[in-house]
Amino acid sequence: MSSNTYSREDIGPALHAAWPICLGYFPIGLALGVLAEQAGIPWWAMAMMSILVFAGSAQFICVAMLAAGSSIAAIIGATFIINFRHALMSSALALYLNNIRRSFLALFAYGITDESFAVNMARFRAGNWNRFQALIVNHLANSVWIIATVSGVLTGQFIPAGALGIDFALIGMFICLLVFQLHSRIHIITAIMAACIACTWALFVPGDSYIVGASMGAATGGFFLNRKRNT
Amino acid sequence: MNAAEYLFLFAGMGLVTYLPRALPLLYLSHKKMPQWLVDWLGFIPVAVLSALLAPLLFVDSGTDTITLGKLEFLIAIPTLIFALKTRSLGGTVLIGMLLYWLAGLFL
Repeated sequence: MSSNTYSREDIGPALHAAWPICLGYFPIGLALGVLAEQAGIPWWAMAMMSILVFAGSAQFICVAMLAAGSSIAAIIGATFIINFRHALMSSALALYLNNIRRSFLALFAYGITDESFAVNMARFRAGNWNRFQALIVNHLANSVWIIATVSGVLTGQFIPAGALGIDFALIGMFICLLVFQLHSRIHIITAIMAACIACTWALFVPGDSYIVGASMGAATGGFFLNRKRNT
Repeated sequence: MNAAEYLFLFAGMGLVTYLPRALPLLYLSHKKMPQWLVDWLGFIPVAVLSALLAPLLFVDSGTDTITLGKLEFLIAIPTLIFALKTRSLGGTVLIGMLLYWLAGLFL
């Protein structure tokens, strides 16, 4: 499943898989940098944040909270809640990264984002994918993210809000990544369940707990439907 | 904030981001997972992506209601068709942004 030697031939397919993520990250990172510039965050602090945190939605919320004068403890707490969903993705990746040495996993885990996770899972499932290619995807996406967010701070005053459909980049990415995961009718039903639970949950519970709640709820629903069909 | 305060904040955020990304993988990678867990985790990708996407399309945060009238949803329909037909991530992102931008200009 995952070969144990890294070869130069891994690079081409990894670049091919990574460029759409980079294409999506660039405008989103730029938009984040613009907001950070307006909040008075210097470019070197943005670079530090993108290297140490590398989590888009948490970074957006951090900038908003800094602008609103929130405490450091509150920002770190919000970050934990928003990013806890990655524990589910990390668990799912273990399906394809079994018995790999821990130093590799520790490096790989740094780059697990919604987008890299979805791309790597789809490729691993298709079978022609190895862990080195997955690692390249993670780190390319991270590099572009760092460059984009810092560029956003430096060029902030020149970019008008909402230019060129920037606000849709993330949605466009999620739509196609979701399409990649629709393997069977039960997967489609699971997606519909997750959508219904997430929207209802988001309406009644403030914050972002709906992501983890709806994911676990819908996966459980899909699991039982699948089991029922197989018995 | 000065450099030390920024470093403290981002190191804290980095730690609480990294641990959920690393600990399950480090733990489960060297375990033999039971079949039910393998099956359940197989539904996690589709569930997470749908849970991330749906509220962006259907929840109006201004009025706190579920609606089918958001511009994001209307643009998502042709974008979804394009994604289903081409299965191209880069193309889908570009088409979606283009349509959303055009819709913003004309609507």
